[in-house]
Amino acid sequence: MTTATQVDAAVGVFTGEDVAAGRWSEAFKRLRRNPAAILGAVLVLLFVLVAVFAPLLAPHDPNDQLLLGEVRPGFIPGPREGFPLGADALGRDELSRVLYGSRQSLLVGVVSTLVGLVIGLLLGGMAGAFGGRVDNVLMRVTDLMLSVPGLLTAITISVILGQSLTSVMIAIAIVNVPIFARLLRGSMLAQRESDYVLAARSIGLRRRTIVLSHVVPNSLGPVIVQATLTLATSIIDAAALSFLGLGNPDDTRPEWGQMLSDAQNLLGTRAALAFYPCIAIVLAALGFTLLGEALREALDPKFRR
Amino acid sequence: MLRFVVRRLLQLIPILFGLSILLFAWLRLLPGGPASALLGERSTPERVAAINHAYGLDQPVWVQYWRYLQRLVRLDFGQSIQNGRPVTEVITDQFPGTIELTMAALIFAVGVGVPLGYFAARRQGSAWDTVSVMGSLLGVTIPVFFLAFLLKYVFAVQLGWLPPSGRQDVRIDATHITNFYVLDGLLTRELDASWDAMQHLILPAIALGTIPLAIIVRITRASVLDVVNEDYVRTAEAKGLSTAVIRRRHVLRNAMLPVVTTIGLQLGLLLSGAILTETVFAFPGIGQATTGAIFNKDYALLQGIILMIAVLYVVINLVVDILYGVLDPRVRVR
Repeated sequence: MTTATQVDAAVGVFTGEDVAAGRWSEAFKRLRRNPAAILGAVLVLLFVLVAVFAPLLAPHDPNDQLLLGEVRPGFIPGPREGFPLGADALGRDELSRVLYGSRQSLLVGVVSTLVGLVIGLLLGGMAGAFGGRVDNVLMRVTDLMLSVPGLLTAITISVILGQSLTSVMIAIAIVNVPIFARLLRGSMLAQRESDYVLAARSIGLRRRTIVLSHVVPNSLGPVIVQATLTLATSIIDAAALSFLGLGNPDDTRPEWGQMLSDAQNLLGTRAALAFYPCIAIVLAALGFTLLGEALREALDPKFRR
Repeated sequence: MLRFVVRRLLQLIPILFGLSILLFAWLRLLPGGPASALLGERSTPERVAAINHAYGLDQPVWVQYWRYLQRLVRLDFGQSIQNGRPVTEVITDQFPGTIELTMAALIFAVGVGVPLGYFAARRQGSAWDTVSVMGSLLGVTIPVFFLAFLLKYVFAVQLGWLPPSGRQDVRIDATHITNFYVLDGLLTRELDASWDAMQHLILPAIALGTIPLAIIVRITRASVLDVVNEDYVRTAEAKGLSTAVIRRRHVLRNAMLPVVTTIGLQLGLLLSGAILTETVFAFPGIGQATTGAIFNKDYALLQGIILMIAVLYVVINLVVDILYGVLDPRVRVR
């Protein structure tokens, strides 16, 4: 849910002419010294590892209704030997479902961020490189998209596409497009005014060479930062969409937002069922946010305070 | 100043026009086409044909769009398939709740966030500063529904201090004039009704306001830090002005500029966050109407809600822009 002004404000970041290679290694050194960055990286790594190795880590099949016999109205079996987080309302092992849930979240987060990033960068790059009418039309379109709150856009899109994980991914990807488009464009415009682009032009380099080998690489810093932060918001938005009942209707593939939505009527019976998926969402999102913020600080000393 | 306002108002036209085209396209893209989407389960071939004719769906696309625009201008969004009431009526019923909730959340976020950010900046590097920076980072990552669940569980279900759901206790026989329950209670002097409505607002407002709070703390802190190092602040200190005067006239006035923009941007976040918060607290507002509309495939209602929120969002951003022009005369020239 980033708007035009926010994106533009985030841009005024790299106008510098510093040598790209030096900046990245400097940034990495700063990153290693930042405890927040390390915590973020650990959380992200943990999240990815859990998602990849869920079948090995989960104690049970997430769809086996092992404890169904004990579920009664007003009672759901709690933690016990072999079931550290207890069971859900259908007697399935909660821990296994939370672990498996990371797969859907990671998938939605990565796919919707990447798709949004690629399309956004193409559009933003076109706007930045061609300027003029192309720029004008593209920017009016992004204005329009950013004029509606992101979650609402995502809701309307997934309503058309129907209930499925794919439609959630497409909806969030579309919400992400204008953010990246404006970011790259703003960043490129700032570069265009810089001395080294003038220098490159004066020694007679072709426009394509200047754009591809000077302007774009130097504009990538804020894009990478934004992508990391967008991973976090995409995971949260995906959970929100499933929570509202727009996600995959089939619950054999556990999904955190859906687990939360199922658990909301059971607060009186077993509130923990709502908290496990919530905590998982928070940890995953926190990991990407910490990493993204630390990256921003590392790449731009202006933000270090 | 007037020229600035007029120019910003003119910029509104293409946005609203674009929105109407998008919504029109959206209605046509709905599964099964607009007629059966609007009719829902009551759809029969005869009814579809009747709707198609009534809404002119058998006409060329541009005629349809023109008629659609005419209906929008008359605020005619059709009828909700859930109970056959006009969509406009449902929206005017439900919107006051959301506005009350959003305002309460905003008051919480600004009232707590600006002082917190200010003092964090003035005591930069202190433990207090570190705590508020860490807290605001965590606040940004916590999904609004998590906080809503947590607050509801601890303060309503476990401790029983505040009501877990709704806008007002059903046992209170309150008169509703404006549908803003807090205001209604004050207008009719039914103070207990007003107080009860406020109690129902506390938990949802805190849940909804926390993310904006975190963002406002960070922006205020960064912005105050920028300003206190300016030469004019040093000059003011050097001429011996009192701290209170420096704070109000030199530091806060200049530091508030980015904060005002941020608050405006947060309103969009609040509106979409309200959809989730209302669901958790079973709070009758526009968010609950949205989930109901999604669940029941009530596209007529959903369309009206989307347009309402989008227009509201665009107008709020306009107001923020104008306010910015008032606070910072430099903006008007650009």
